[in-house]
Amino acid sequence: MKKYLPVFIVVAGFLSAGMPGSSAQNTASVSGTVKFKGIAPHPSRIDMSFDPNCAKAHATPAFTQDVVVGGGGGLENVVVYVADGLNGAPPEGDPPPAVLEQKGCVYQPRVMALQANQKLEIKNDDATSHNIHPMPVNNREWNKTQPPGVPIEESFAREEIAIPVKCNIHPWMRGYIAVFKHPFFAVTDKDGNFDLKNLPPGTYTITAWHEKLGTQSQKVTVAAGQPSKLEFTFK
Amino acid sequence: MKANGGASAGRRFFIRCAVRASNATILVLLVSATSSLAQESHVGKLTGNAKRGRASYERYCIFCHGPYGDGRGENAPYLDPKPRDFTAATFKCRSTPSGSLPLDSDLYDTITRGIHASGMPSWKPLTRQERVDLVAYIKSFSPKFREEQPAAPIEIPPEPPTSKESVQRGAELFQSMNCWACHGKEGRGNGPSAATLTDSKGYPITPFDLTSGTRLKCGDSDRGIFRDLTTGLDGTPMPSFTDAMKPDQIWDIVHYIAALRSAAKGSTVARGGPNPN
Repeated sequence: MKKYLPVFIVVAGFLSAGMPGSSAQNTASVSGTVKFKGIAPHPSRIDMSFDPNCAKAHATPAFTQDVVVGGGGGLENVVVYVADGLNGAPPEGDPPPAVLEQKGCVYQPRVMALQANQKLEIKNDDATSHNIHPMPVNNREWNKTQPPGVPIEESFAREEIAIPVKCNIHPWMRGYIAVFKHPFFAVTDKDGNFDLKNLPPGTYTITAWHEKLGTQSQKVTVAAGQPSKLEFTFK
Repeated sequence: MKANGGASAGRRFFIRCAVRASNATILVLLVSATSSLAQESHVGKLTGNAKRGRASYERYCIFCHGPYGDGRGENAPYLDPKPRDFTAATFKCRSTPSGSLPLDSDLYDTITRGIHASGMPSWKPLTRQERVDLVAYIKSFSPKFREEQPAAPIEIPPEPPTSKESVQRGAELFQSMNCWACHGKEGRGNGPSAATLTDSKGYPITPFDLTSGTRLKCGDSDRGIFRDLTTGLDGTPMPSFTDAMKPDQIWDIVHYIAALRSAAKGSTVARGGPNPN
């Protein structure tokens, strides 16, 4: 009987891992860094002069941000997510609203991720009217004008990676919203770091998506209580 | 002979199986095709039927909008603006809020009116029943019409009378809402962002020249302009102003736009002109 005890414990561990509200010991995590190798493309200066409300928000000129590489070679604004391997329904949860801000006539954050049907609060912190226009393929396309200080609340019903967002009034403005059916996603910070927590143990395909540099995928097997490390390199 | 008889019997058996399999496939295809052809439309007292609409579509619409309704008919490469892609279910001329499907009557009105300054003609020569049937068939191109319902149509409150003050307020809102960024300070369609505009398919698109006196795409009356400002023209850079302004303010902009249009040289559009629908 004694020799079967470890088997029971492991089996019990796996059985409880997929249940909602499982303890941290029974879940796994994947964290790591996305790096950029080589010479990063030169950002270009953005001319905001036609709208003085935008220009005066920037003491030094703003630059394009389609490829942002940090000091240590870390690539910012990469969406890292579980593409395959999740079995069963995602854990129940009521995530708080995600927030997208228009500040200095730039989308902040430039790249964001949220769940399908999660509330998205869009804020205009500028002194000028913006026009918020996501252009999805898999979701409904809408287009709204947003004066300063007027909040807009929306959501996206279907998974899509990722929806480009533009402002027709200020043509340099560009953002991306990635919508997922599950909560296992992260957007890399300025050092290229990401951390996918509370994953049920198993084998997964993890994909890294960048708006200009494409996507890369890797397979990883994660076990409970043993954090896994993953690295992606874009060129 | 026995060997031949055995082989041909085997072949006959194989042929019978193949025929049954292809019949089954044809049946499945027909069922799936006809299930989308079960799409109906309702405009006024008329009910449209996609099966009848398909016959009209293949006679009148297919050359621009394509056999799959994706806007890639034979004529499409030569047209600007491009024919509508019905599979995306995003439409400019609607009475529903931005992001919503159109009502059947919106699609019917567009077919009837045509779209000025584009290759889409007015289909008034078709009977009302033919046009209602076409609406049903057009809806069959996108699964969104089966999965979702259009939102409730927007409300258009009664128009307050125009006045110098209303036109002035409209001019100020034209500034603060940044309409001038695309439509230009004088409304001539030459704003600083105008050259950067693309529709949602990526094709360049020009903002309307409000001083040109020409017809608007979705209907020319003051109510039509109010509706366009409230619903936005989905699939284009023209947004919805429903979160940004109160109805009275939208009417002020309508009066300002009407003043711009009727001031244009040789304009045939009278202030508050008749609705050509």
